Amino acid sequence: MILQQLSDARGVSGHENDIRKVIYALAKPLADECRVDALGNLICLKRGSDASDGRKVMLAAHMDEIGLMVVGFNGDGTLQFEKVGGIDDRVLLAKRVLLGDKQVPGVIGFPPIHLIPRGQRSQAPDYEKMAIDIGANSAEEAKKRVDLGDYVSFDTHFEQLTSDGLRMAKGKAFDDRAGCAVLLSLLEGDYPFDLYAVFTTQEEVGLRGARVAAYSVAPDLAIVLEGTICDDLPNKRDESPVTRVGNGPAITFMDRSFIADKGLFETLVRTAKELGIPFQLKQAIAGGTDAGAIHLSREGVPAVTVAVPARSIHAPVGMISMQDLEYTVQLVQAALQRL
Amino acid sequence: MKTLIKSLVEAWGPSGYEGHVRTTLSGYLAGQVDEIRTDSMGNLIALKKGDGSGKRVMIASHMDEIGIAVTHVDAKGFLRFGPVGGVMPLTLVGNRVRFANGTIGVIGREDWLVERSLPTWKQVFVDVGATCAKDAPVGIGDMGAFDRAFCDLGKRLVSKAMDDRIACAIAAQAALTMDPGPNDVYFVFTVQEEVGTRGAMVSAFGIAPDVAVSVDVTPVGDTPEATPTSVVLGKGPAVKVKDSGMLAHPGVKDWMVRTAENTGIPYQLEVLVAGTTDAYSIQTSRAGVPAGCLSIPCRYVHTPSEMVDYQDVTLSVDLLSALLSNPITM
Repeated sequence: MILQQLSDARGVSGHENDIRKVIYALAKPLADECRVDALGNLICLKRGSDASDGRKVMLAAHMDEIGLMVVGFNGDGTLQFEKVGGIDDRVLLAKRVLLGDKQVPGVIGFPPIHLIPRGQRSQAPDYEKMAIDIGANSAEEAKKRVDLGDYVSFDTHFEQLTSDGLRMAKGKAFDDRAGCAVLLSLLEGDYPFDLYAVFTTQEEVGLRGARVAAYSVAPDLAIVLEGTICDDLPNKRDESPVTRVGNGPAITFMDRSFIADKGLFETLVRTAKELGIPFQLKQAIAGGTDAGAIHLSREGVPAVTVAVPARSIHAPVGMISMQDLEYTVQLVQAALQRL
Repeated sequence: MKTLIKSLVEAWGPSGYEGHVRTTLSGYLAGQVDEIRTDSMGNLIALKKGDGSGKRVMIASHMDEIGIAVTHVDAKGFLRFGPVGGVMPLTLVGNRVRFANGTIGVIGREDWLVERSLPTWKQVFVDVGATCAKDAPVGIGDMGAFDRAFCDLGKRLVSKAMDDRIACAIAAQAALTMDPGPNDVYFVFTVQEEVGTRGAMVSAFGIAPDVAVSVDVTPVGDTPEATPTSVVLGKGPAVKVKDSGMLAHPGVKDWMVRTAENTGIPYQLEVLVAGTTDAYSIQTSRAGVPAGCLSIPCRYVHTPSEMVDYQDVTLSVDLLSALLSNPITM
């Protein structure tokens, strides 16, 4: 299953080699050209069926995921780490991780409950006070297996939850491997214009890959495919849930990085309404996506973001609805035909 | 000029929705400039051609104003919202906002009868007079802007959106009063400044100017018990030295100071500790652009009642006009 391959592949920001190989193999047969630029973006061109069309449409999904990096060795053989991308310290404790290209297994450790004073047990420690335990007994032993600067990814395995009619999936990095899965499906379609499917790097550390990819592609418009914040847990207050799982693709009107192009936003909403595809509007001005970088490229690029709602994003494991993902493909596919 | 100012400041135009301001400005400039166009992001670009011997100059003043965006409509028809640009919670409660379709709403605060502390964004809502969600005439994603009329207080003018419509008026007026000299002058009325100087970034790329000046308001510390600032109301336009996003190019700053002194226009030097302008993103466009900023002193910036001194305004037109009419040396 493609989503499983994408979710399980490793690719912390700046070291997207593994995930790029997986996507390259899947995209190559669907595209006319595939190339990798200096920052590691995978840029796939599918030529339009109408040579007189002349438009260039960029679809972007980021390959990178949040993770950690080894930055120091402790005398006891444990490792100091730094965060790559936005991670809440509280989700790190006692998680399984894989270190470096050798995929050395490790655990993020912290003193056991027995040693923590009662009053401190409900407090999350700073990540600086945690360490990765790879089972080494000294710094020398650890250095034989891990190098400074080694990337660390969460050791999470994709799984589908299909009992009792459920169509959910749990795994890591749905932000933005869900978007990558949508983009690969869209590459199977035929379009009148030249379609640039761009799998970007370093989104989680500041929309960096998309910035240079948009400069080289110089598109006429862009649609960014994402996995987005979902906070649909029970809430007594009648206030914005950002998105809800199962309510369909979430269309962004504005986030911290951009204000959606009105024309593209309307096209998506109209398409969904006309075809009866469930959709929702992202109900928060929060987060940022590659659209933030792309829409400011050169003389400006009309852009919009569509996302699959993902519970527990930026954590070692999250959850999405397969139906939401399929609806996202349907919606963008149909909207592309109406541009 | 006050008629132009009134129509500009009263126009509805939070970031991303600058259409009404653009229509007013393009109507005002039609037939007065050599070329006028709107780019893909919505920036209005008006060119006054020179004789070809001078520089390509970009003048940027932003059309957008701060506002709010609806994020949720609750069962009773109240709207939850988030900020568009640098809106301060201090300015919210009891104020009114207007939406694109003309709907007016009052901003309220949770537990108003008891709780008088500064609200957080989660504790405020807009009441548009609806009695249930279905009844609400606005929905998720709709943007609102402060609703306040223009007032002429004699020496001083007050309104919402003086930031930065007063500069739009100054630039538009300078386009009419400047002598066609050596320079090609691109008057750019930008979009989305309040959410990160975005319109200026793409228009600067398109124009590729030799030199750029943004025109924007700057806060003053001349009110009772205020933290003193380098700029006060009524002492003329300010030439920016720096703000928190940009160091003005010394050549541009000196050119502006020299021009003011040569033409006898009073001016102030501005050192701003917080905030920035379109010049911030123009300066780093392409291979870099020498940039500066002509600042209009303004009280109560980012509130619904922003106040400027009318003489500062007319002197700003004179200074900008003088800057653009003559050969530029830096």
